[in-house]
Amino acid sequence: MRPARRPLMGIALALVFAFLLAAPFGFKPYGIFILSMWAVMTIAAIGLNLTLGYAGQVSLAQAAFVGIGAYITAYLTTRGWPFWSTYLLAGVSCFAIGWLLGYPALRVQHHYLAFVTLAFNTLIYLIFRNEEWLTGGIYGISNVPRPDVAGWSMNGPRQFYYFCLAHLALVSLATWWLIRSPWGRAFVALRENPVRALSLGVDTRRYTLMAFALGAGLGGISGALYAPLVQFVDPTPFALGLSLNLLLMVVVGGSGYFFGPFLGAMVAVLLPEWLRFTEGFYLMGYALLVMALMVLCPAGLLGLLDRWTKPAGKSAEISATRSEAAVQGEGAR
Amino acid sequence: MADILQLLLAGLATGAIYALVAIGFTLLWQTSQTINFAQGEFVMLPAFFVLIGMSYFGMSFWPAVAVGAVVSVVVLGFLFKRLIVDPVIRHGVLPLVIATIGLAIFFKEAVREFYGADAQPFPPVVAAIDVTVFGVALAVQSLVVLAISIVAVAALQLFLNHTLTGRCMQASAQNPTVARLLGIPVERMILYTFLINAALVTLASILITPIYLAKFTNGEWLGLYAFIAAIVGGFNQVRGALVGGLLLGVIDNFAAAYLSSQYRMAIPLLILIVVILVRPQGLLGRVEERTV
Repeated sequence: MRPARRPLMGIALALVFAFLLAAPFGFKPYGIFILSMWAVMTIAAIGLNLTLGYAGQVSLAQAAFVGIGAYITAYLTTRGWPFWSTYLLAGVSCFAIGWLLGYPALRVQHHYLAFVTLAFNTLIYLIFRNEEWLTGGIYGISNVPRPDVAGWSMNGPRQFYYFCLAHLALVSLATWWLIRSPWGRAFVALRENPVRALSLGVDTRRYTLMAFALGAGLGGISGALYAPLVQFVDPTPFALGLSLNLLLMVVVGGSGYFFGPFLGAMVAVLLPEWLRFTEGFYLMGYALLVMALMVLCPAGLLGLLDRWTKPAGKSAEISATRSEAAVQGEGAR
Repeated sequence: MADILQLLLAGLATGAIYALVAIGFTLLWQTSQTINFAQGEFVMLPAFFVLIGMSYFGMSFWPAVAVGAVVSVVVLGFLFKRLIVDPVIRHGVLPLVIATIGLAIFFKEAVREFYGADAQPFPPVVAAIDVTVFGVALAVQSLVVLAISIVAVAALQLFLNHTLTGRCMQASAQNPTVARLLGIPVERMILYTFLINAALVTLASILITPIYLAKFTNGEWLGLYAFIAAIVGGFNQVRGALVGGLLLGVIDNFAAAYLSSQYRMAIPLLILIVVILVRPQGLLGRVEERTV
């Protein structure tokens, strides 16, 4: 971030934060529920942004991890386990499964990896739907309890919203630290040029697996919050659709930008509710937005913002597109 | 034995349709590095063009098919290339994947919004009767579907291997730079593959929709099956996609009948994962050279 933009950025952040803190007092319970859902989905999208945006590994399996986290939490808390133990278990098991899912990424890349993760997601969905003894099949698991924190019940919509928001804040801080640590740098090196990263002594194998595992772990945590938020878990939300949706959130917001997932989840979770009167047209508009963004600026909305606020020709990406456009213009003439 | 023959035929018939879709998919990949995540929706849509022609413009079936096919080739071939692929592909493969995911959502929602969410019956190409061969009742529809698909694939192979245009297309796919140096209009060749893909999905749509009804969500699983067929057979080979499609159709039918209908989908997916991990170039594919 360039120093000149820091104060502006700070003011914007403070405003957003104040809004998020004050919001529950201006909304009905359903509005608060949607805001909580935004926080939960943002956590999953932050995880995917680590895998895709920073480490450059395509994953179409994030919904499976949200689902695994949600089912672990729902299954165990309805059987009397304390929330925190299931929460940790959800995060750790998704981390472990994500690590295993990373192994294919060591062999294949790009679209092949997309298909492997896509197949994994669908397999997990089939397990959720068919293993009735474990997951309740299509009837799901209902009456998932909400936790207490230090004797305070998180049962009300407002309390649980703050609970989700606090988790989002913690996850954001941890991620902020991570991407500035040598690990984050290694992830970016992996994305930009894996061969070069390897020749510079970055253990690409370990970091590829780690990128998957961390992304999946955050997916699990998001699921562990999803279950008590909705208080009902069934297979449908965790089908491939959510994985595609999370991918779109990351890309629309700006993949590889820290605030990309926040913005992307806002567009995908909050806007549909505010634009409810448009019914099916909203999704069509969203699809058109996605396509237009890919044509104009694949770096997403934040990339677009970057382009506007920055003086011309500063960013390597912009100049690259420019020169390319110039070359093509030349050819047309 | 009769059961097995019937299952085999039904499997080959649906498999041949998957193969048509998968071949289009691999053609796009070979010539322009387009991974079309909307390929399933491309199969879903032409049937609705035909239905719109029949219900809103009062056409009878075959004229509606003709008009639907022309509209499909223009929209799914020409406009798809001009409006989405051309401007996005210069940013790379991933943005194009995202854009086609967006396109898939757009087609799905548009059909739901403008035509309806219910499954619509679709007239079959031939009547649903059986013929008895050596005491086994075989569905004429499956036989016809299989025959039409085989003729279509054979015609495509003849076109690609034995005409000048077809060979120019292959050259453009294998090495665009050299092809350009040799004076082949590479851009035009790429456009041809998009038109061929549109024609293939239209044919697949008209063959498969009578079996599964016309519904806006059809594209979700059709696309997945086409990916699996393309990858299992070999992503860079027409032959591979054909074998992959037929294999997939047969395995899918037998799995549903003898293993578990609940986990029917799981078997193709497991095959996909194993093939990608063990033999990423597919059963018949060549290894692609990778650049750093």
